[in-house]
Formats: sequence, structure tokens, C-alpha cells
Amino acid sequence: MITLARSDNSLVSRWWWTVDRWLLVTVLLLIASGILLTLAASPAVAERLGLDSFHFVKRQLVYIIAGLGVLVSVSLLSQRGVKRLAAALFLAGLAGVTLTLFYGPEIKGATRWLHLAGFSIQPSEFLKPAFIVISAWMLAEEFRSPSFPGRKISIGLFLGVAALLVMQPDFGQTFLIGVVWMGQLVMAGMPLVWLAGFSGAGLVALVSAYLLVPHVARRIDTFLDPASGDTYQIDTALNAIRAGGLIGRGPGEGSIKKVLPDAHSDFIFAVAGEEFGAMACLGILALFAVVVLRGLSRLLEEEDAFVVFAAGGLLALFGLQALINISVNLAVIPAKGMTLPFISYGGSSMLALAITMGMVLALTRRSNARLSGRRLRR
Amino acid sequence: MEGTLKLAMETARNRLMVAVFLFAGAFMALGFRTIGLGLMQDVSLRSGPDRALSQVIAARADIVDRNGVVLATNLQTASLYADPRRVFEPEIAAARLAAVLPELSQSTVLEKLKSNRRFVWIRRKLTPRQMWRVNALGLPGFSFQMEEHRVYPQGSLAAHVVGYVDVDGRGLGGIEYYFDDRLGNPADASEPLVLSIDSRIQHALADELKKAAERFGAAGAAGIVMNINSGAVLGMVSVPDFDPNHANLASGTDRFNRATAAVYELGSTFKTFTIAAALETGTVRLTDSYDASEPIRIARYTISDNHPQNRMLTVPEIYTYSSNIGAARMALDLGRDRQRAFLAGLGLLRAAVIELPEVGRPIFPQRWGDVHTMTIAYGHGIAVSPLQLTTAIAAMVNGGTLIPATLVDQPRHIRPAGRRVISAHTSDDIRMLMRLAVTSGTGRQADVPGYRVGGKTGTAEKSGVGGYRSDALVSSFIGVFPMDAPEFVVFALLDEPKGRAETLNFAGGGWVSAPVVRNVIARIAPILGVEPKQEDESHYRQAALLIRESD
Repeated sequence: MITLARSDNSLVSRWWWTVDRWLLVTVLLLIASGILLTLAASPAVAERLGLDSFHFVKRQLVYIIAGLGVLVSVSLLSQRGVKRLAAALFLAGLAGVTLTLFYGPEIKGATRWLHLAGFSIQPSEFLKPAFIVISAWMLAEEFRSPSFPGRKISIGLFLGVAALLVMQPDFGQTFLIGVVWMGQLVMAGMPLVWLAGFSGAGLVALVSAYLLVPHVARRIDTFLDPASGDTYQIDTALNAIRAGGLIGRGPGEGSIKKVLPDAHSDFIFAVAGEEFGAMACLGILALFAVVVLRGLSRLLEEEDAFVVFAAGGLLALFGLQALINISVNLAVIPAKGMTLPFISYGGSSMLALAITMGMVLALTRRSNARLSGRRLRR
Repeated sequence: MEGTLKLAMETARNRLMVAVFLFAGAFMALGFRTIGLGLMQDVSLRSGPDRALSQVIAARADIVDRNGVVLATNLQTASLYADPRRVFEPEIAAARLAAVLPELSQSTVLEKLKSNRRFVWIRRKLTPRQMWRVNALGLPGFSFQMEEHRVYPQGSLAAHVVGYVDVDGRGLGGIEYYFDDRLGNPADASEPLVLSIDSRIQHALADELKKAAERFGAAGAAGIVMNINSGAVLGMVSVPDFDPNHANLASGTDRFNRATAAVYELGSTFKTFTIAAALETGTVRLTDSYDASEPIRIARYTISDNHPQNRMLTVPEIYTYSSNIGAARMALDLGRDRQRAFLAGLGLLRAAVIELPEVGRPIFPQRWGDVHTMTIAYGHGIAVSPLQLTTAIAAMVNGGTLIPATLVDQPRHIRPAGRRVISAHTSDDIRMLMRLAVTSGTGRQADVPGYRVGGKTGTAEKSGVGGYRSDALVSSFIGVFPMDAPEFVVFALLDEPKGRAETLNFAGGGWVSAPVVRNVIARIAPILGVEPKQEDESHYRQAALLIRESD
């Protein structure tokens, strides 16, 4: 363990003593289990695609190293820095998502990707945390000076972002951002009657998606009546978890992973279940729960509205994405393509999450209050 | 201002608290679900992505001959089925399938794919190459079910004994049908069913019968080789035969087992029973004679001899020269009731008991008058299956016990308990007579030097409309060897053989069937461990002295 004297006033030392070390360690543990599971799940997929066995492992290691750098760098930012970063990312993300509508290649029926200098980037991944922070910023401004139309701006931004995402189309991300943003509005004092109204609107949106978009309808039908459609992927995932039992078949012993589509990304949780067992899955769940619950409960003592809205929103985004992914793996909700944060394979996802958690760490640093010159709690 | 901000922060924190609880609840719920799935381990064994490939339709036990030669076994094959609701574009799928499986009808497949069932067979039991081709099409909605396919490596050899199965592996004929429960029982699947058949003997018998049937233009042929002491059937042939691997392509005639299902009037071989019954009951002694100088006229029949001697004939002469007149007169002395009881005792008046479903019922007169007594004495007016005759003849020469025939290998050291039908003394007399019929009678062509063959010819006219047809014969020969200590009986029958120049246009049993038995014995005696040796003629002197060489 690094030993740093409290009196040491260097950047590293100050960071170490002010950052939420528990959160940091938990995130690092998640990334470590992600490496382990990528090693388990991705060679089978790579071989199926005719690639080098360790194709995904090597790339994921590069992403992880980059992600760790981003995570630490972002966590060093001041609150002002976080706001600037969010604003820049938001603009870049909006531009990127708009570009995908015109230039993005169509993959699995949607245009979500941009090819840039040999890399594929999914701009919506970066737009998500940026939007949450910007929205928190606006809501917090209205908190401080009620004349500021923060809520109206936030609603306007949300509608814009949601429209772009629906056009891709990406209903999963739209839903995710919608729920988190709604949570922010509720925290910012929105009357609960409004919540009912917005939920009604969300329901209407869901029903119209069901009626108008065939693949959404198919997935929901299949979930409600498994006999009505192709449940191969989800059946296979369930079988993988069952086959693993409580303690798993052992590393490398999994066989169902070899036929499970997207085993290295959306369905990596099922591979964990097959090879390492339900107990290991429980461990992963616990890591996510620690990040979300510890992060959120620490905000209960926070006085700064922006920090509460932004960090709360980012943690909710993170937690909700994990919950949705795991629920799909466990066949609790209809199939929805969403990665398991820090564990699934994917560069955009890894970097965006590094930024997300980096911003959470930056915003929850104990020194924030002191450094920004506000009064200390209690 | 400061106060409202404080109040608003308080609301925010309270609401954040709700979010914390919601998240905690969600994580806990997923935790329980994970554990629940982890505990359902047993389910994984029942279903899985490779379920279709690992699950095999129930295995069936092999059938092997007495030496372990495989007569029926299983091959794993893949059968193609579809879930029509998962098939995209049935027209294209049907066209592409028909292109790789040309024997499929595209329209039939399309009809199946358009049905709204969840499971349709497309084609059963593909070869590995066909399976590979279908896989290479990459059509969604199609899968393979591994199935065991019954194969008969020996082809048509012993086809009538082994039988055949349907596409689902259920026995439809022969041993496959008779032992369907035993063969299909998964508990016994690893234990082969061992038959008494010896495929070497089976092959020799089939080969000789087919050659003879072809040579004499016979409509069919049948043959049996049996161990007279154990009842074990070592060979059983019916010509024409079929390939059980493609039993559905065979005609009913081909599948008909002439050795067990057919009944024939077998002619003079029945004189063996007439004489045995007469000797056993003391009606005659070997030295007694009957007048065979003139044909017998009774009712609308005339009984005459095929090899007329036109004189008094001793009992051995009646047998060796195959005198119908002498046998008929002897049967009258024996009497109807004793004749019928004797034949019934040999199992000739009821269907044979053997491990096959295909057994024919004998045909005999319901009102058994003197005419019948006389004709049955030389094998007319009664029709039995070759198996019945062979079993009964075995009882005549094995010392006098009737031993049931069997197709299943029995423990070889135990001699099955039979039922005594004649005394050992009478059996000795019959042995002498049968040997003499070959050395100096109608069965000369059956003799194999060194193997002491005994036997009796049988030639019967087939009954047609309005009487017997002299142009359609059933010619048979029942042979036994080695006659000084009999072990095996060989029966050969040709159905409607046509005479040839080298047989002086004769088509009787002595001309067409006796050579088959001779050739079969010459081929199988070494396999059966019978040593050729110099014959001790004193064995038969007692009877031989009663035979006067014909002019």
C-alpha cells in the first residue's frame, strides 16, 4: 500500500486523501473481475468469428489501461473542471450522435457507431454521463437562484437527446437516460404529481414503440410468451447459469459459452454463472451494489445540490445499467442490448464508464467543499 | 432564501433515500434470482443448446449369431426437422434444401414449412455428408435429431430370421418383431441377443439353395440346418430373400419365410413317420412285406409308385424305393387313429413353435378317412412347414425325443428335455432305413463320401384346380449326418423346379434337392467338426439284407 503522509500536499497525495477510496477500490475490483471474465468468455466468441483467440482480451486490456488513466485523471478534476468536461463531452456527443444518423454504418438494425481513425466509437455512450451532469448543473442553478429556468432547459435538453437516440434507434439508452433524468427532477423537488404525468408519458412512449417498432414488439412478445419467438439467446444464458450451479464448472470448463451469442459483451454475466457459479455472480452483484449504495448514501450527507444531482444521477445511470443487463441475463425483463459496466467487452463503454465514475469520484471528494471555499458541513 | 434552500435539500435527500432503498431492493431481488438459478442445477442436464445432439433416440440391442458375428446393430444418424414458425422465407428454404437433398420433393417440404405446427420431420436419417451439406446452408429454424438407425451388416443373409424394423426402430418381422420388447428395452440395450444361427452355415445353405433354384428355375426354395440333439437352428433360408436394410422396398413374396410360414405337402419324407409309427406300435417288423405289384384304386384315386418294383416289398424296400403303395397299405394296418395320434405327437398338426411371428398352420383333413390315411402315409393330403418336418425328422433319428426347435443360442452343455415319441430301438431302425435310402435307394445323389449321409426324398405334386398338377412339384430332401451317430439334419426344398437335360428332365427330390443337401453337407461338415471316416457297414446289415437290388 502506498503510504502518503497527510501533510504531503502534492497532487497525488491530496487526491489520495480526499478521494472515496472505498468506491475506488470497488471499481478497481469490478475492472479486475472484468478482465477475468473477458478471459473466460471472449476466446470462444473470437474463435467463432474466426479471430485470434485472444483478440478481444488484448483489445480489452488496452481499453482498460486507457480507462484507468481516464478514471484517475477525471477524478482529479475540480467541480468546475467536471462541469467543463461535461459541457465539452455533451457538445461532442451531440455532434457525434447526429453524425451517426448520416454516416454511421448500420449494425444489427441501428446506426450507433462512428468510425474514426481506425476506431469505432459509440457517441451515445459519452452523451449519457455528459447529459446527466449538464442536467444536474441546470437544476442546481435553479436551486440557487429560482429565477434561473434550469428545469425548463433540462427538459428541453432531454427532449433533444431523446429524439436523437430514438432516431438511431436506441430505445434502451433512451429509457435509461429518461429514468435517471426523471430521478434528478424528483430530487430537485418536482411535485410527485408530475412524476405520475411523466411516467404516463413514458408509458405512452413504450406502448407506441411496441405498436410502431417491430423489433421492440417482438422482444416484449417473446418475453411474455417464450413460445412465440426466438428465445435461443436467453434460453442459452439461463442454461449457462443453471449449468454452473452454485460454484460453477470451473474456469475454462464452460461449454455453453461456446454457443452463447454475445457471450463476451451483453451476456458475460451468464458466462460468469457457468464457469464460476452463482456465488461468483452474487459477488459481482455485491460489487455493483456497494458502488451504487455506498455512493448514494454518502450523498445523503452532501449539502451541494449540484453534487447530489450529478453524482446521484451518474451513480443511478451506472447502477440502472448494471441492473438492466443482469436482469436480462436472468430473464427477469425482456431482452435489451446493454453492457455490464466495466465487465462487458467494449471500448466506448469502458471509456464512458471511466469518465462516469471519474466524475463521481471527483464530485464526492471530501476536499470539494473546502477547496471550493464553501462552508464545511457541521 | 437560505431556509427554502435548506428545505429543498431536505426534500432532495429524502427522495434520494427512496432511490437508495429501491436500488437495494433491486439488487437483493436479483441476488435471490441468481441463487435460485444456481440451485436449479439439475435442469441443465435436461436441456441445453446441444440438447438435440446429445439426446439420442433409444438404443436397440444388437443381434449376433452364435459366434458373435453381428447380424443387426445401430448407427448414429442425424434426422432433419424444422420448426416452421422459426423458418424465414419457406420458399427459399425449401428450394435450397431440395437442391442438396435431391430426393426431397420441394413442394412437400414447402407444404410442411408453411404448416403452423412446431415440429415437422424434413428427412430422417441423413448420411454425414448430407448433414454437412444441410448445415452448410445455414438455414434458421432447422435442427437435427440424432437417431439410431438399424443396420444389417450381413445384408440379406438370414434376413427372414433376423427380420427388420420400421423407421422408428420398431420390429416389424422375424426376431426383431418377436423380441421387440427385449431388444428395445434400454436396460438390455448393451446385451446383444445371441441367435443359434451360424452365419457360415447360413451362407453355405443360402448359396447352394440359390444356385439350385436358379439352375432349375424354381419359384422359390427353403432350407434348414438343425442340431438334432439341441433343436438349435444353425441355418434357415428362404429364397427369394430381401435386404432388411431396405425392407420397405421388398415385395411380400420376398419377405415371405418359406421355411416357417409356408406349408407344403412334402411327399415321401412322410413315409419315415408311417414306418416309425408302424414299427413303434408293433404293427409291422422290419422283415414284414407288402404287396406293391399293383396300384391301389380307392374312391376316385389311384395310388401308384414312382419307381415301380411290381412285387412284394419288405419294409426297408418300401422306404428305399419309396413305394407309395406299400406305405399306404402299411398305414391302413396302422389305423387312422394311431396315425393321427402319432403325427399329432410330432407337432405336425399344429403351428410350429419357434421364436418367429411368421409361422404357418398345417393343413390336414378335418374328416380323416381311410383315403386320407393312405395318402398321408406318403405325404399327400397334409401340408406342414419345412420347420415342422425338420423338427419331427430330428426326433426320428436322435434316439426318439422331440426337441423344440429354437433360434436363440441356449447354454450348450445342457441337453434340452424333450418328449419321447419313439423308442431308441425304433430310432435305430429309422437311422438304418435313412442311410440305406441314400446308399441304395432314391437318395443316392445326397451321399457325401465319408460323412455317412442318410435321408429321404420327397416329391409332391402341387394341388391345383381340380386335382394335383404333375407339372408343378415340390421337391425336397431331408438329410441326416453322420448316420452312425446323427448330429445334424439338413433340409432342402425347391418349389416348382423344372427338369433339365442333365437330370433327364426329372425334377423330383432325388434329382434336384438331394444334390443341394449333398453340397451343403460337404461344405458345413468341416465347420461343424464332423470328421469323415470309413463307414462300418455292419451297422445297416440287418436292414440291407432285406433289400433286393432292383433290376
